[in-house]
Amino acid sequence: MTTSYLALAVLICAACTFLLRLAPFVLFGGKKGMPPAMRRLAMKLPPAIIAVLVVYCLKGVPTGGSGGAVASLVAVAAVVALHLWRKNTLLSIAGGTAVYMALLRILG
Amino acid sequence: MNRGRLFRYAFVKSIPVMMGYVFLGLAFGILLNSELGLSWVWALYMSAVIYAGSMEFALIPLLGAVTPLPTVAIMTLLVNSRHLFYGLSFVEPYREMGRLRPYMIYSLTDETYSVLCSCAGDPEANEDRHIVYFWISLMHHIYWTVGSVLGTILGASISLDTTGIDFAMTALFVVILVDQIRGGGRDAWQCAAVGLCVGLVFLIALGADRFLLPTLAVTVFALLLMDLLNAGKEARA
Repeated sequence: MTTSYLALAVLICAACTFLLRLAPFVLFGGKKGMPPAMRRLAMKLPPAIIAVLVVYCLKGVPTGGSGGAVASLVAVAAVVALHLWRKNTLLSIAGGTAVYMALLRILG
Repeated sequence: MNRGRLFRYAFVKSIPVMMGYVFLGLAFGILLNSELGLSWVWALYMSAVIYAGSMEFALIPLLGAVTPLPTVAIMTLLVNSRHLFYGLSFVEPYREMGRLRPYMIYSLTDETYSVLCSCAGDPEANEDRHIVYFWISLMHHIYWTVGSVLGTILGASISLDTTGIDFAMTALFVVILVDQIRGGGRDAWQCAAVGLCVGLVFLIALGADRFLLPTLAVTVFALLLMDLLNAGKEARA
């Protein structure tokens, strides 16, 4: 693991990551703009993708130990309830995280 | 809004990610130091330049095994393939970013994508949205980098039990999802339901390590199909 290997590997990893992030802008960012169907898709994507990211964050629930799984699900419910009730982003996140951390320690 | 207020607005929007990124960054720095014996200089270099959290975690064992560079490239393309989809929502908004556009594309992480989506519909940030977008992206980048640098410096000397604090990131996504559904009406609710259902089915069918990319691809396909059916309905009506 030489210094030049490390430096190069990091650069390659960064370049590949940037290429992926850049791809949609290269494909649709030209002067012609996005086709109407893609534009409508772009409007619909955020709720769908963020829903997928929620599932992604909870991906350990089906196979994880019961303590962690219960803690995750209860904490998510707490976040939803808090947020519907008070509509305060920071409060919902802090409250949910506190519930999660407490449950992890109680349920072991 | 004047500059100071824009900055404050962006900072408040970035606080949830600060909680998540600083602690995840700390965890990354601690691992980088204990597994590879690398100092804070490397943490700074990696986190500032790569700036993709889950990939940086995945890179630690790859670097330790001196994995051939082409393999590193392929692994990165696979692990980060989800990023192909984020830009779609920002092709139009980023047109007005000017010289900052390359940086904005460079720094579009999962969390930044979500937080910027949550600003998109906020009338408070209306006219100077691009400045808010930039501040939020830059602050997120700094949080992650500072967290990982601190991790290598503090190392295992941190004795505070912070297990579970990374749930802040899950909570952030849940909060943004609730806001999206509440602000977007029936349409947003349908889109979110598609994402949730496809995600759950693929998670159970394919397992936690392999479900993300098929889920995103099928979700996009389903949304396009719904759009097509709606267009057909409107044409008949």
